[in-house]
Amino acid sequence: MPKNHRRIPLDLQNGLVELAHGAGGRAMAALIGEVFYPAFNNELLLEQNDQAIFSVDAGRLAFTTDSFVVSPLFFPGGNIGDLAVNGTINDIALGGATPQYLSASFILEEGFPLKDLVIIANTMGDCARSAGVKIITGDTKVVERGKADGVFIATTGLGVLRTDIVLSANKITPGDCLILSGPIGDHGMAILSKRENLSFETNIVSDQAALHELIERIIDVGGDNIRVMRDPTRGGLAAALNELAEKSNIGFVIDENKIPINSSVAAACEFLGLDPLYVANEGKLITVVAPSAASAVLNAMRDHPLGREAEIIGKASEDSRFFVQMKTRFGGRRIIDHLSGELLPRIC
Amino acid sequence: MSYSEEFRHAPLVRRLVHQIAIEASCNRAYRFMEFCGGHTHALARYGIEDLLPQNIEMIHGPGCPVCVLPAGRIDAAIRLTKKENIILCAYGDLMRAPGARGHSLLHARASGADIRMIYSPLDALKIAQAHPGKEVVFFAIGFETTTPPTALAVQIARRDKLKNFSVFCNHVMTPAAMRHILKEAQSDKASHSLIDGLVGPAHVSAIIGCEPYQDIAQAFERPIVIAGFEPLDILQALLMLLRQVNTQRAEIENQYDRAVTDQGNYSAINDMADIFEVRDNFEWRGVGILPNSALKLGQDYRGLDAEERFDMTAIFVPDNPACECGQILRGRKKPRECKLFGNACRPETPLGACMVSAEGACAAYWAYGRFRDEAGVS
Repeated sequence: MPKNHRRIPLDLQNGLVELAHGAGGRAMAALIGEVFYPAFNNELLLEQNDQAIFSVDAGRLAFTTDSFVVSPLFFPGGNIGDLAVNGTINDIALGGATPQYLSASFILEEGFPLKDLVIIANTMGDCARSAGVKIITGDTKVVERGKADGVFIATTGLGVLRTDIVLSANKITPGDCLILSGPIGDHGMAILSKRENLSFETNIVSDQAALHELIERIIDVGGDNIRVMRDPTRGGLAAALNELAEKSNIGFVIDENKIPINSSVAAACEFLGLDPLYVANEGKLITVVAPSAASAVLNAMRDHPLGREAEIIGKASEDSRFFVQMKTRFGGRRIIDHLSGELLPRIC
Repeated sequence: MSYSEEFRHAPLVRRLVHQIAIEASCNRAYRFMEFCGGHTHALARYGIEDLLPQNIEMIHGPGCPVCVLPAGRIDAAIRLTKKENIILCAYGDLMRAPGARGHSLLHARASGADIRMIYSPLDALKIAQAHPGKEVVFFAIGFETTTPPTALAVQIARRDKLKNFSVFCNHVMTPAAMRHILKEAQSDKASHSLIDGLVGPAHVSAIIGCEPYQDIAQAFERPIVIAGFEPLDILQALLMLLRQVNTQRAEIENQYDRAVTDQGNYSAINDMADIFEVRDNFEWRGVGILPNSALKLGQDYRGLDAEERFDMTAIFVPDNPACECGQILRGRKKPRECKLFGNACRPETPLGACMVSAEGACAAYWAYGRFRDEAGVS
């Protein structure tokens, strides 16, 4: 740990974030030194420069950015910290890259308990370490009370492509199989169940997870037969499929009977009048695979804990209007449209 | 999940579909109106119309409370939020409903109005208790299903002497609108054959019972089958309607007898009668001005009536002249026959009543059923 002898020690048990913690002086140094350095703890960060300098192998890189404003900050199955790290890891990995480095910027609201900030930072550090990723640079700003909602986190992520395989929605052709890695809607409903004005009793836990290992496995088994991967986060499965359909100029026909959903999520959606197809996930992926490789990829996914309940839920189809359609369980058909307007505010 | 999965049982659905096909095998068309938006939504969500024989056509009625709320009343609520110290509480599906020039409660909130989305009027009471320095107004909408919860909130506000709570009442009544739709169809010779029978409301009927529909079925000689909102409920109700039409009967039948009784929910009916009185006239967006079709707070509760307290007035806002909602709600046109449908009028930018909420005929058709008209779909 670097030592700064002139630093004012923080009261990490009862202290609150103050404007001084973002002002660039000793208080800020204390916050960074006592909260973020120990939590993220890696040699590049502890160089304490304005930038982290590192080498990468020659080849292709994946680069992404994301920001997190979830409310509430702590929810069943996680908090804004692991949500941010996992979300960024997933965005890198879905392109076929191995996630390596992250940045993390914090916008803190004056009055936020330091105790909670320590929990969030430690969660991020643990989460990054267990994924083999380092948080190597960051920033802290503090805004006046009422100008933010506790903590906002912005991240960037950098990864190195593992193979020459190019994943792209443009590669989808009619007849390709669509695989979903597991049951939908858990994250969104876990968040909703804890909202101040709407709390209800349920055992739903967010599915947020880092998917890079599952993705490696998919690419190792499927190789060139993997067309594209996406994580159905905001807007749920419906939004992810509509984006793919529009990008690739094809349609999808999915089968309602094949879509895995936990009964508690189905019940909560029923109760609140929500359609689980539109509810956010943070630990699921969809992949479009050439039919010849579909069952091998499916089996490989099912061998991984995060893909145990994977299913082939449908197929890409020729469709000049790029519609996502669903065969209902009774044999009727309906369109799965983009979400109109907001479903649940601030879920990630 | 229990108690709803049972009513989505695929083998039973197939059996009912088969029975419907047999019952509808004679050489004629059947046109049934589902009055409720809940039924419209279920038909679309489960793709039920695909399962019906081609000679059965469903007409989507005006039973979506957000859809039929006139734009002028939304404007009145938005004007109210611009006053000092007002917190307006509204159900979520009302937030996007457009007033004049497309302005919704969401727009008003973005411009600084304090508008809270709630799931129950009791939440509005809690907000009033938590903000004694503010005036909390509950934007009450809905048919008889949501009227008793409003009545309960009014009773509690009175009991607890809550000075800063009031209700902007827009509750409307199902039988009045049903009578109006059938009366119009009857008086118009050309369209008399447009509606062969009605799928009656589910939750509304759980409150008011079967009796209020009795004289409607008799007067207009049309069968009404009260049905639940699940796929099996709707299919069974259609089979019952077919059998009535085929045997020239026009009766009230209750498919949804696990929730609906003849007399309804006494306690809710009494509370409504205690608190509300019937308005002489009320505008239904897309339908027109209907006599004795809506409620306001009664004499004893005027103090809790936001319209009185804040001197609110609704100014009539005409719909886009090209809008065909009126014709669609009467079964004379289909959404795709409207020039605005899918062009200027989409769920993100609704122009007419039927596109406003997911339960509206056009919105359900847009979101779930467009593929039926589209070429190039495999």
